[in-house]
Amino acid sequence: MNTAPLPSTATSRYTIQDRQGFRIGGVMARWETLLAILFVVVFVANSFLLPHFFDFYNLADSTFNFSEKALIALPMALLIICREIDISVSGILALSSVAMGLAHHYGMPAPGLLFVAIATGTACGLLNGFLVTRFALPSIVVTIGTVSLFRGLSSVILGDQAFTGYPQLLVDWGQGYFFEVIPREFVVLLVFAIVFAVLLHATSWGRKMYAIGNNPVAARFSGIAVNRYRLALFMLTGAMAGLSGFLLTGRIGSTRPNIALGWELEIITMVILGGVSIAGGAGSIGGVFLAVLTLGMVTYGLALANIPGIIMTIVVGLLLLITIALPRLLRK
Amino acid sequence: MRLLKNREALLALLILLLIGVVGLRAPIFLSASSMSNLLTDSTLLVMLALTQMFVIVTRGIDLSIASNLALSGMMTALLASKFPDLSVAVIILVALGIGLFLGLINGWLIGYLNLPPIVVTLGTMSVYRGLVFVLSGGAWVSSRQMPAAFIAFPLTHFLGVSHLVWLAAIAIIVMWFIARYTHFGRDLYAIGNQPVAARYVGIAISQRLLWTYGLSGMMAGLCGYLWVARYAVAYTEIAYGFEFTVIAACVIGGISIAGGVGSVAGAVLGALFLSVINNALPIVKISPFWQSALTGIVILTAVVINARGNTKNGRQILSLQSLDPSRQPPPSVQSGQSTVRETV
Repeated sequence: MNTAPLPSTATSRYTIQDRQGFRIGGVMARWETLLAILFVVVFVANSFLLPHFFDFYNLADSTFNFSEKALIALPMALLIICREIDISVSGILALSSVAMGLAHHYGMPAPGLLFVAIATGTACGLLNGFLVTRFALPSIVVTIGTVSLFRGLSSVILGDQAFTGYPQLLVDWGQGYFFEVIPREFVVLLVFAIVFAVLLHATSWGRKMYAIGNNPVAARFSGIAVNRYRLALFMLTGAMAGLSGFLLTGRIGSTRPNIALGWELEIITMVILGGVSIAGGAGSIGGVFLAVLTLGMVTYGLALANIPGIIMTIVVGLLLLITIALPRLLRK
Repeated sequence: MRLLKNREALLALLILLLIGVVGLRAPIFLSASSMSNLLTDSTLLVMLALTQMFVIVTRGIDLSIASNLALSGMMTALLASKFPDLSVAVIILVALGIGLFLGLINGWLIGYLNLPPIVVTLGTMSVYRGLVFVLSGGAWVSSRQMPAAFIAFPLTHFLGVSHLVWLAAIAIIVMWFIARYTHFGRDLYAIGNQPVAARYVGIAISQRLLWTYGLSGMMAGLCGYLWVARYAVAYTEIAYGFEFTVIAACVIGGISIAGGVGSVAGAVLGALFLSVINNALPIVKISPFWQSALTGIVILTAVVINARGNTKNGRQILSLQSLDPSRQPPPSVQSGQSTVRETV
């Protein structure tokens, strides 16, 4: 019979072992290390193959393509670590952008728009989290439902129009630079990556998220308010999707019905490539950030080589399959 | 309350009610031609929901079906435009074969490598969609390039009903038989209910999963040909996002994502329910922009209704009084506070 062995305590994901001493082999076998090597390989190969790749201004501009997605990938990583998932992020982003467009249309001043976007996102996340925690529903089903709802509401408000003519503040944050070279969006991403890394790896909240992901029932029995964490994480994801919507709207200068279409899958791919286990309880922000950078460099390289973007989806899909299948195949 | 217990009966009643209400607003909706349109429009969703039901019953999910459909459809369209003399039967066999192959890739990765279905099918979804573009070079295959017989088949009527409806009916009967009377079908329910127990009683889980995803792919392949022929066009983005519609149909039909629960009737009714909504909207003059929002509301309502009973209020099992008679009984735990659940 060709089935995997039953999990025994020795091979279970849940065994808690003593901390190993420092061994170079242990560091090399870590997923984050492999990602870092992959990143360097991609970077060096692109620099040699493509004449305009290793150009500081080009490299800086290439960060625009992934910064907004990566901002949502950070809270998504926490959600997936907690065994939840949010398919509705692109819908939240669209609805936040539409809400901003409406607010702007009725004369809301520019700084208020950021507040509107984040508040809309948080409210959407609250709905997701409420449905998941109150009715004990699987989050994938809830968010497949809410993505239709959020996108639907956006298209009801928008119709076949588009909101344009956003104030300069959005343009500055979406397209602008600090010190003329570093894109503001990338700086925002860096700040949030650090905040999320601290949250997950240096606070008791982060430890509790791992506990929830490893075994929600045991976590509940050990006194962690599991549902409160779930609700908070859905709201956080919503808020970040709202912020991302603010930046994206500023960058492209308009709100269209198809804004951010299909992003949820790219974002989840970033998170999984970053070494976060879909079964929960394992992963790191560093890994997610490295995956974001690696994918960003691959995309930028393909764009320089004039290869259509859809080819990128094949590369990303294959990368995803290889990364999860390889460890299993090697163990066989 | 008793009626609410039987989900399929309730859903069927809801569909009839919906058709009735729309019929009151716009009698044209109840005409024979409109009803026949409704049936024809719902067929692809029904067929895909059937095999997706099996996948979800095993605690899996197949996100790659829409991309599989697009790739199989594009390949059959290209094949037919290159070799116009091929009979429709050959084309259908080719479509089934391509779909099956694409599905078996999923099945092998999930069944034999024990990889999580959501990640695997997310990956193959991207790959297959990209391959459509590679094959076609981003170009459209239009009706002028396809042979007439190729395009005519899905909507040709046989005994007063279109081929599409016949195929869907055959699919429903076959799947119902598989789910109810074959070892294969019963094993899938066992796997979804309790994988570990299923392995202990000797069910070949890997092989079962391989063919479950193979079946799902095969259906997507068939629907790929039907989709392309019916709309007489093939391009990279066909059926974009359709996988979520199919999963939504299953969810509305009461198929639990947690596995082990689901029926063929539920999948069919869920798909019909969504089709009725989508077909009724233009007739009652509701803007098509509302379609997606309404679909979302319907899905959420369905899962909330199906979920009643998931939450059990926490209970104090041992009374503290037995330990210390002088103590007052504790205030009862608020509902939901100590509810513990296991997610998949």
